[in-house]
Amino acid sequence: MRLALLGQPNCGKSTIFNAVAGYRSATANFPGTSLSFLSSKVLIEGQAVEIIDLPGAYSLLSQEEIQSRTAQFLEEQEVDVFVNVVDASRLGRSLELTLQLLDLGRPMVLALNMMDEAQRKGIEIDLAQLSGELGIPVIPTIAHHGVGLSELFSTALKIGHDKTAPIPRPLDNEIEQSVSHILPMLKACPCGRSCRAQALMILERAPGALQGATRPGSESEAEETVRRLEKLHGWPGDQVVSGARHALAHLIEDKVSRRPQAKPSRRERLDQALMHPVLGIPILFGILALLFFFVFGVGKHFEGSLSAFFEALASRVASWAPPDTPAGAILKGALTGFSGGLGIVLPFLLPFLVALAALEDTGYLPRMAYLLDGLMHRFGLHGKSVVPLMLGFGCSVPAVMATRILENPRDRRITATLSVLVPCSARTTVILGLVGALLGFGTALIVFAVNLAVILLLGIFMQHSTENRPLGMVLEVPDLRLPSARAVAARTWVALREFLVVAWPALIASSVVLGLLEISRLDAQVNSLLAPVTVTILGLPMAVGLTLVFGVMRKELALMMLIQALGTSDLRRVLTPAQMISFALFTTFYVPCIATLAALWKEIGWKETARVVGITVAVALVVAWLGRVVTGLFWNSLQP
Amino acid sequence: MEKTLERADTGIALRVAEVQGGHEIRSRLATLGVRPGTVLQVVVRGPLGGPVLVEVDGTRLAIGRGLARKVLLEP
Repeated sequence: MRLALLGQPNCGKSTIFNAVAGYRSATANFPGTSLSFLSSKVLIEGQAVEIIDLPGAYSLLSQEEIQSRTAQFLEEQEVDVFVNVVDASRLGRSLELTLQLLDLGRPMVLALNMMDEAQRKGIEIDLAQLSGELGIPVIPTIAHHGVGLSELFSTALKIGHDKTAPIPRPLDNEIEQSVSHILPMLKACPCGRSCRAQALMILERAPGALQGATRPGSESEAEETVRRLEKLHGWPGDQVVSGARHALAHLIEDKVSRRPQAKPSRRERLDQALMHPVLGIPILFGILALLFFFVFGVGKHFEGSLSAFFEALASRVASWAPPDTPAGAILKGALTGFSGGLGIVLPFLLPFLVALAALEDTGYLPRMAYLLDGLMHRFGLHGKSVVPLMLGFGCSVPAVMATRILENPRDRRITATLSVLVPCSARTTVILGLVGALLGFGTALIVFAVNLAVILLLGIFMQHSTENRPLGMVLEVPDLRLPSARAVAARTWVALREFLVVAWPALIASSVVLGLLEISRLDAQVNSLLAPVTVTILGLPMAVGLTLVFGVMRKELALMMLIQALGTSDLRRVLTPAQMISFALFTTFYVPCIATLAALWKEIGWKETARVVGITVAVALVVAWLGRVVTGLFWNSLQP
Repeated sequence: MEKTLERADTGIALRVAEVQGGHEIRSRLATLGVRPGTVLQVVVRGPLGGPVLVEVDGTRLAIGRGLARKVLLEP
């Protein structure tokens, strides 16, 4: 049995998926964040069911790449039953997609989700009447709290077994006449599309719908039918059909629900402040500043005591198994990798991931896009670019993937390039763990400021070097809500698991490899090969060369390896402030990590990826050199 | 001069007369509920030449100025 979850963005679809598929995907409060098709095999009432979470789509005819992939999936894949998730507090608009799905003629259940939200707004819905209007079962759910889900899935299974297909709701007379006119002209229809859906798509002038769909010779007759309908209504075909669907959806909503006159609640007043034309941007920067204070505060608290503990442990181990013997080198390497993960990365990573997940769950990211749209236009981008850039603070991989929400390839390319320069949590770790911990929080902030300045300058430069300015964005701003502990925990866990199962083992393994290279003296050769960069330009000790190679695997590795290569976690003894700044800046900018490169390759192609590598290395060299020189000149005079 | 969403007054009900531009622009706006005949309200305008925040069917949409210019309103 194969079951597909379908719904518009922000309807809680992914939350339902997470609840049944056991936290194996990230939920997101942003149109199109369920990026790839997540699927999971689960047992429901003793039956194996494959559940597929399709990206949120407002319409099956959407032009946005991510949404049109949902339509494409439905065309190409056999699905036994649809679970259409709708936001009960926005019934009218949600039903427009439902009506389109009904046209496909597949067994279907409606999950009337966010019932609590509807209740809060005072909306009352007559479930039996709604079910009668649509001709499919309607199950009320509150996915956040897991309410109604077992009933939802057992109903879906039953419907899928019985193969009870719904009857499409007729639109207005002229459209129905045109449809019955076109139907006999059609050849066999694609598997996931009923003939009715195909006919409607032709009427809507969906790109490619007409070509090859009709029997030979009837194409011009079908075209004539569309033109007649357009003349009758005086609007283009797409607006005739979507307009009729819109009207029907709202008619059904009015019939089955009662909504009171809304008065501004406390939440809405808060929202007014957040989106205020003047106060909005200062509040935004305030929120970001709080976020970083929180991360730094928590991280610093744990980092200090943990690294002192491991330092003591390391010297105990060294006296017991000397590091110049193979066994000692392996042991020391493993311990460095382990303690590096636990003592330096985790204290900063965990609070950061929690904070970002909470921010995402409140629905603040679309508000940031709204507030910064005007500003972004000066860099030739629009507000939607803010989302990949913000996600970039967590990890560059989802950031690069999120560029799919941009319609224009040019915007996507520029945003992808810029988003890999945003300091991700790994690079934040390097900056906070090295510069922040050893040179002070203020200095770390300066490094972040330099980072943002570089991104801005590069953005302006890239805007001027390309044509085809963006038209503008349309973005739904979902209601603000309190972050739910469940969703935040799920999202944090997905990101953290990546670190625990991939990065941390890699960290330990490469520490061991580095230790072995050291006693076999191979590291010296690599290091001397890299000396023109590390020593001449960056002014770092020669031993640092190899760490930068490891840094391409994972950016956190650069800092761990630095500790390993220099043989102490008290870096203050072996590095000058200028060297720390130079190292931190270089690590931040040079070549994105391997996982990011793979994501870039997939999204913008290998040519653009190669360009990104070139740009980032050049930027890294220039900025790190400048940082080193400036710090060298001014550091001592600034100290009391 | 024709009235566009870009310059519309805030806080009053407005009816969309026409959405200019190609199929892509029209369908993008239509899927989010902005099409001829739609009644909407401008809530507020974004800072620094930012988007127009409109309310349609109880949903709020941020529409970039460039696109807002393509939405003509009934006088």
